[in-house]
Amino acid sequence: MSSHIMSAFDEELKYLNRRISEMGGLAEQMCADAVHALVNGDSALAQKVISDDVILDNAEREIQEKAIVTIAKRQPMAADLREIIGTLRIAADLERVGDLGKNNAKRVIAVQGTGVPRKLARGLEHLSELALVQLKEVLDVFANRSAQKAEAIRQRDEEIDAMYTSLFRELLTYMMEDPRNITTCTHLLFCAKNIERIGDHATNIAETIYYIATGAQPQGERPKDDSSNTLGAVVE
Amino acid sequence: MNMMTEAAVEKALDQRMNDLSYKMIGKDVSVYYGEKRALFDVNLNVRQNTVTALIGPSGCGKSTFLRTLNRMNDTIDSCRVTGRITLDGDDIYDPAIDVVELRARVGMVFQKPNPFPKSIYENISYGPRIHGLARSKTDMDQIVEASLQRAGLWNEVKDRLQESGTGLSGGQQQRLCIARAIAVSPEVILMDEPCSALDPIATAKVEELIHELRSNYTIVIVTHSMQQAARVSQRTAMFHLGQLVEENDTDKMFTNPDDQRTQDYIMGRFG
Repeated sequence: MSSHIMSAFDEELKYLNRRISEMGGLAEQMCADAVHALVNGDSALAQKVISDDVILDNAEREIQEKAIVTIAKRQPMAADLREIIGTLRIAADLERVGDLGKNNAKRVIAVQGTGVPRKLARGLEHLSELALVQLKEVLDVFANRSAQKAEAIRQRDEEIDAMYTSLFRELLTYMMEDPRNITTCTHLLFCAKNIERIGDHATNIAETIYYIATGAQPQGERPKDDSSNTLGAVVE
Repeated sequence: MNMMTEAAVEKALDQRMNDLSYKMIGKDVSVYYGEKRALFDVNLNVRQNTVTALIGPSGCGKSTFLRTLNRMNDTIDSCRVTGRITLDGDDIYDPAIDVVELRARVGMVFQKPNPFPKSIYENISYGPRIHGLARSKTDMDQIVEASLQRAGLWNEVKDRLQESGTGLSGGQQQRLCIARAIAVSPEVILMDEPCSALDPIATAKVEELIHELRSNYTIVIVTHSMQQAARVSQRTAMFHLGQLVEENDTDKMFTNPDDQRTQDYIMGRFG
């Protein structure tokens, strides 16, 4: 797209974009570190994730302020308006992603006593890989604004949901096998849920990008395969 | 004001807007100033009880189009209009049409407030008098008061009706001109950048007025302020180089226009 007559406006938009990319990079790193800390019982790394969250929170606040000033100053229209509103929404999603990563990091200490069973650790790692791939790709799409790719990412959230459901089932089994697993498994259940929600936020971002690019909301229901809410209804 | 009634009024207006046919229809309208062609086969219809905003860069033909709607271009010797423009189905360029009467039905408010150098009262009463709309002094008093009321100026000037209209502030003068246009009970009001010479407060008052006038009149407004078009109009038409580029619902026009040129123009980008 051609540039604005007021070049300072272009600079402001570029700045917002850059800050979103930075937030995205940090949020991604925090989530990866949190899972790493969890499966390895690395409390120092967990501490780092917790303190990084402050940076992310500040970044979101700064983006908000800058976006509001830009709206007030430039009265953006059409694609510009959608872009700035989209930026606000994405910043909020990324801030939540950071919170979820931080929440996982906080649970590292709680599960340290027992450690995380190998099999469950692998499941969590896999789930987190899926979610982080979603997040990473959606941030790439944010950079190139492809509505088509945004739509493709939105379709993939299903995979994470399915993986989460199977992990949920596995954790239940562990708890039933030995009540001493309950503390650790309950924490891991929250961790799994957090990771699944990171995937949801990535999907939100994909939808926002689709809106920025096209001015329309993506059509149809979001594909879902999270059946954990009915799991264990009848225990045989 | 009660939110519910406000919403209900809006809804009723929208309903009416959809039910009624177009107030004015422009078909293949072209305008030439001597050899130079200023408008190219514009097809634009004006809906009843609707504010239609005409936007576009300077020299795009939006004011030219506006002026064809009440034959203001007749005053320019070299100007020639082709195509067909109707008001309630009647061709306004029909030789049998009385131009003075047409301009009473299709009133106009200009960029710069231009009150007559006479009293406030006479500014309003002049039109009704030449059109024979008042039978008595009482009649005329009523017309003057009603017009000033509608224009939201009555309370500010009711005690000084005999003072000169040119002594008012810019914003008041513009509302006086709107009151003057309303006084002859027009059906359509054309406004050519009515707020470009006004400060933000006077602008807000005029915009509020436009919003209210919509229930009784059909309004076409030319504006250079995109925000103003977005605020006051329900339909927006974008002109570029003498052509009508796009006409759309205002809400759509300013969030997701169909045409790239509209997009570039409203976002302040190089075309």
